[in-house]
Amino acid sequence: MNLLTVSGSPHLHGDQSLKKIMWGVVIALVPAMMVSFWYFGLAAIIITLTAVVSCLIFEYLIQKFLLKQAPTITDGSAIITGILLAFNVPSSLPVWQMVIGALVAIGIAKMSYGGLGKNPFNPALVGRVFLLISFPVDMTSWPLPKPIWSMVDAITGPTPLGVLKEGIGKGDTISQLAAQLPSYQDMFIGGIGGSLGEISAAALLLGGLFMMYKKIITCHIPVSYLLTVFVFTAIMWQINPEHYINPLFHLLAGGLMLGAIFMATDMVTSPMTYRGMLLYGFGCGVLTVLIRLWGSYPEGVSFAILIMNAVVPLINKGFKPKRFGEVIK
Amino acid sequence: MKTFKIGGVHPEENKLTSDKAIEFLAISQKICIPVTQHLGTPSTLVVEKGESIKTGQLIAKGDAFICANVHSSVSGKISKIDTAIDTSGYKKTSVFIDVEGDIWEETIDRTNTINKDILLSKEEIIAKIKDMGIVGLGGATFPTHVKMMVPNGKKAEFLLINGVECEPYLTSDHRLMLEKGEEILVGISILKKALGVEKAIIGIENNKSDAITYLTKLALNFTGIEVHALKIKYPQGAEKQLIKALLNREVPSGKLPIEVGCVVSNIGTAFAVYEAIQKNKPLFERVVSITGKSLKNPSNFMVRIGTPVIELIEKAGGLPDDSGKVNSGGPMMGKALNSLDVPIVKGTSGILIMTRKESKRPEILNCIRCGKCITVCPMGLEPYLLAQLAENGNFETSEKEKIMDCMECGSCQFTCPSSRPLLDYVRLGKNKVGLIIRNRANN
Repeated sequence: MNLLTVSGSPHLHGDQSLKKIMWGVVIALVPAMMVSFWYFGLAAIIITLTAVVSCLIFEYLIQKFLLKQAPTITDGSAIITGILLAFNVPSSLPVWQMVIGALVAIGIAKMSYGGLGKNPFNPALVGRVFLLISFPVDMTSWPLPKPIWSMVDAITGPTPLGVLKEGIGKGDTISQLAAQLPSYQDMFIGGIGGSLGEISAAALLLGGLFMMYKKIITCHIPVSYLLTVFVFTAIMWQINPEHYINPLFHLLAGGLMLGAIFMATDMVTSPMTYRGMLLYGFGCGVLTVLIRLWGSYPEGVSFAILIMNAVVPLINKGFKPKRFGEVIK
Repeated sequence: MKTFKIGGVHPEENKLTSDKAIEFLAISQKICIPVTQHLGTPSTLVVEKGESIKTGQLIAKGDAFICANVHSSVSGKISKIDTAIDTSGYKKTSVFIDVEGDIWEETIDRTNTINKDILLSKEEIIAKIKDMGIVGLGGATFPTHVKMMVPNGKKAEFLLINGVECEPYLTSDHRLMLEKGEEILVGISILKKALGVEKAIIGIENNKSDAITYLTKLALNFTGIEVHALKIKYPQGAEKQLIKALLNREVPSGKLPIEVGCVVSNIGTAFAVYEAIQKNKPLFERVVSITGKSLKNPSNFMVRIGTPVIELIEKAGGLPDDSGKVNSGGPMMGKALNSLDVPIVKGTSGILIMTRKESKRPEILNCIRCGKCITVCPMGLEPYLLAQLAENGNFETSEKEKIMDCMECGSCQFTCPSSRPLLDYVRLGKNKVGLIIRNRANN
């Protein structure tokens, strides 16, 4: 007999789906991934593959044997965590450390809370911070980028932010350090030292624009984050340009672009209303600058985002959308 | 182009029947008229089993304040008075009629001449709208005469006419505007007189440009009627959203449109008002779109109230083999029917047949807190939160989070990438919170 379905409205579903969103993010990550392969060569490919494969395997094993759920690794979220984790480490990181990072990211930061959608902190950032604290030397030796065809062994050197932190710490002025800093053009395209995914602002921006075009993210978090960093550092630069470098440098250096476009915008760990997103981006920006200028680490993006992740439930409670027909008292 | 500000979605329009002229559906032999077809107090039956009745004769009377008369849509003999399943899925008292011929009440003017002169006074119009059993034909079926009685201390400034038809598939209002434009405008003039307002605005979504052009031209011959084109966005046909779109006024939470000086009525209602006042014709037939992607002949029919849904389907080419769901109304807010013998009632704007593939809900996944449900909610609510609160049984907080403002447009569930049953849970919450509020009022 031909039975009819009876269910509540709506009887239509739009074309958005979790898979489309997750795979959209993966596509958005491709340009930056290509740049990292180009500059760091085979080592970058190995690190990225290790991270992605380990994340997938850990998620599968945990779901199958610990949580006894149907594995959902095809939804793409573990792949994103893997790529982002690889983006956050230097290409010279030993492979076994990468595997440990993946276990922490997927096992502790994601699955122990109940899996996709339930984790309060960005898994890739938790993995990165774990590695940074556990293996500080390996995590802060940066191979200098060189085109893929050059056969010379990679030499290691500091990142621009590292140069700055050390120099200022010793009492040097910005003009004395200028010679050791890369050109803005290199910082924009990607020819600088750093983690895999953070070297090319251009590639990251391209990915960000793609996600906005696909309506995966809105501009609220990246714009408020980047603008806060820009304004805050511009003020400090105006106060003492020999001690604080100009805001453009801060925008292009380190993991700021990667963090503002891909990490802070992670749906699961960021606020849900536009007003909340603006505040969250502002908080991330202030914390990043505080750590960069006065903290002991040269870079503060990961810590800033993780701290703001912790505040998200409060932001969601305090920043409700504007209700239709709300009576303003 | 004008539209409402917050939220909204744009589902595929699929207006398959927008160029199908309205056809009269042959009168069914098995008519079953539910005694109550409106929102409010049930009506009381005034006929008995075995009685012979004429088309247009009163069969149930609405005496309470929010209540409406019901008339027979056919002539014949009342075979039984029993319960029958209606579009709500529940059994309701209904009058079953064995149809004999089609003899109309003599008072009804059956000619096609358009009477433009409005002879009745304000009070007489309202009384006659009540007599003729007119209710809102957009779907909510609120008795129209109650809407026309502006409460003391309030003043109506605008009459807004809803020609938006933002639900995908449905075209009954669109066809009416094209084929009965002049009658509709007379109907609007009558409503204007009843309300004592100077200005009426018809809001029409831009996917019906032919109707916009036609009515704009016709409106030149009438005073104080304007036609405004609106950007295509669902749920623009919702009262509060329409007011926001046309006048940029926001009806406060929990209040009626009259709070901001508006009364909203629908195209179909304006036509029914014209027929009631100028032609003495009670509301016993309406335009119904019968549509669906796999249906052979999607059509617009003028249908007598009480006709079983199956007869419309047969006339439109029969139930397709791959049918998975039959809806009364559109795909966004319509109700899935649990029987095809359900009668067409005053509030049935369309019958939508969905294929088995379309009727399948996608798999439910974890909420990823993307916030898209908040972005699309036209009432500025947080559907993910309301659903979660209802799931956890926390109804006190649901009330504080304004769950009762939800009009069940379904934009949240439509958009949810994890295809969570948000509206199912919100409906549960609304039910419980409604009960809490009523209990509080009674104590």
